[in-house]
Amino acid sequence: MTTAQPAVEVVGLHKSYGGLDVIKGVDLRIAPGEVVCVIGPSGSGKSTLLRCVNMLEEPTSGVVLVDGVRMNHPDTDLDAARRRMGMVFQMFHLFPHLTVLGNVTIAQRRVLKRDRAEAERVGRDCLARVGVEDKADVYPEQLSGGQQQRVAIARALAMNPGVMLFDEPTSALDPELVGEVLTVIRDLGLDGMTMLVVTHEMAFARDVADRVVFMDAGVIVEEGLPSQVIDDPRHERTRTFLQRVLGPQGSAAPGPGSTSTGRTHEYHCHTQHG
Amino acid sequence: MAKTSAAPLNLDPVPSPSATAGFSPRRRRRISLTAQYAVFVIVVAAVALQVDWAAVQEHFLDLGVARETFPGLLTVALRNTVLYTLSGYVLGFLLGIVLALMRLSSVPLHRWTALLYIEIFRGLPALVIFLIIGFGIPVAFPGFALPGDIYGQVALALGLVSAAYMAETFRAGIQAVPKGQMESARCLGMSHSRAMFSIVVPQALRIVVPPLTNELVLLFKDSSLAFVLGVTAATTELAKYGSDVAADQADSTPLVVAGLGYLLITVPLGILVRRLESRRAERG
Ligand SMILES: Nc1ncnc2c1ncn2[C@@H]1O[C@H](COP(=O)(O)OP(=O)(O)OP(=O)(O)O)[C@@H](O)[C@H]1O
Ligand SMILES: [Mg+2]
Repeated sequence: MTTAQPAVEVVGLHKSYGGLDVIKGVDLRIAPGEVVCVIGPSGSGKSTLLRCVNMLEEPTSGVVLVDGVRMNHPDTDLDAARRRMGMVFQMFHLFPHLTVLGNVTIAQRRVLKRDRAEAERVGRDCLARVGVEDKADVYPEQLSGGQQQRVAIARALAMNPGVMLFDEPTSALDPELVGEVLTVIRDLGLDGMTMLVVTHEMAFARDVADRVVFMDAGVIVEEGLPSQVIDDPRHERTRTFLQRVLGPQGSAAPGPGSTSTGRTHEYHCHTQHG
Repeated sequence: MAKTSAAPLNLDPVPSPSATAGFSPRRRRRISLTAQYAVFVIVVAAVALQVDWAAVQEHFLDLGVARETFPGLLTVALRNTVLYTLSGYVLGFLLGIVLALMRLSSVPLHRWTALLYIEIFRGLPALVIFLIIGFGIPVAFPGFALPGDIYGQVALALGLVSAAYMAETFRAGIQAVPKGQMESARCLGMSHSRAMFSIVVPQALRIVVPPLTNELVLLFKDSSLAFVLGVTAATTELAKYGSDVAADQADSTPLVVAGLGYLLITVPLGILVRRLESRRAERG
């Protein structure tokens, strides 16, 4: 039904390191406003897929298009093309020598050439959006992991990206901090942000994703609605993976807000931050 | 019979290794430390007894001669030493950053040029570089004079020497900044060089402040080589000044005073380095 141009389109993607094939032919289209969650076992190539989308890794072969712009082409201005995308890493990677406000303004100033007042206004707006506006003047090391990750999200949002990429954004967090970050990401999705999220949080994927992609050994094994992939997987490999992640009765507990398993989090309740 | 001989044996506690040696570990440590202090005191005393203190006082600690070194020691010699060192340091710092970035460049020409430079200038004695600057350049480029005359020559020589060391220090500092910093900067649309200068280098500089301060201490001492370029009364520096006055007065006291002039600067710098390092260790 989407005749519109896809926000992200990956065609025949291969990536190998030396002799090691990590991505072995991946095709993926993400429509504008769509939220796609990627799940799969460790080493299956999820991070590599994300890193190929914004060209942190150069694909060995295949095509990556973002807003119709071909990323892996010698004539493409990569720095300009990357501005269409925000990326959030597992380990936050905030700039430790800058304050929180400095973190969310430096790229606006240096890349978009916004003046200080404008950059700070946008920066504070983004900090407010993720609920850490009161931390603008402190340094990252003084923040909790959850706050750091929310600042990292604000830093990406300050560049007005059309697509957000998340690589296991909550995997480095203490369990009690996972909810506040997932809430922010879910709200972004509700606001219509196009997102590609690698996650191990099945309840989150089930609740937020328009589509779930299961990857294993460098290929997409199956994809579809969360209710289909997570709760009624067709492939044996998907079932095996989900059983390991959710426990034996995990996939048999469908329905919204299901919190019957060990890996789920009550992120719905955290509408208030800070 | 067997009964009486067995009973006392069973009542004995198991002998520990230290108990067999006669002392507890703590006691042994104290004895060892006391012995070390004793040896230290004996060695110092033995040396002190051998020294001809009257001669030392006359030739090295003559207050009357020491007074002769002032005020020139401070107003000319120390001032020039500081000028030479700082100008060389600034030059070495800038050249060092450029070389470090070239070392890490993806362009082989940059990498090899920087490596060649570093290997040559790290391997040559500073004295040789001073001689090349002082006598090689005028021969190779007739009619060319460095700006600032001898100040320019010393700054260039010290800059070339220290750049090689500083380049390696900067490179280590840049490599110590986590890879994720560059990646997240690139993800925000920064070019490689923009990310380098706005994100990576500022963090690397903090890491290398202690070793760079050490380099400054080393450079203070190397500035004494300025004398090979033929300094005048106005452009002299501490070591040369001290030895000149010493020759004048036929007494070595001025050398001691000049030496104290170096320590006046290098000791506080050493304290500063230790402060910076312990602060870094605290912050982790
Ligand atoms: N730079 C690299 N050089 C060599 N091999 C790499 C490199 N990066 C990733 N790999 C390999 O590629 C494979 C896929 O890695 P990737 O990080 O994409 O997996 P993942 O699905 O994200 O796993 P995880 O859930 O553990 O993050 C792994 O076997 C990994 O060892
Ligand atoms: Mg990964």
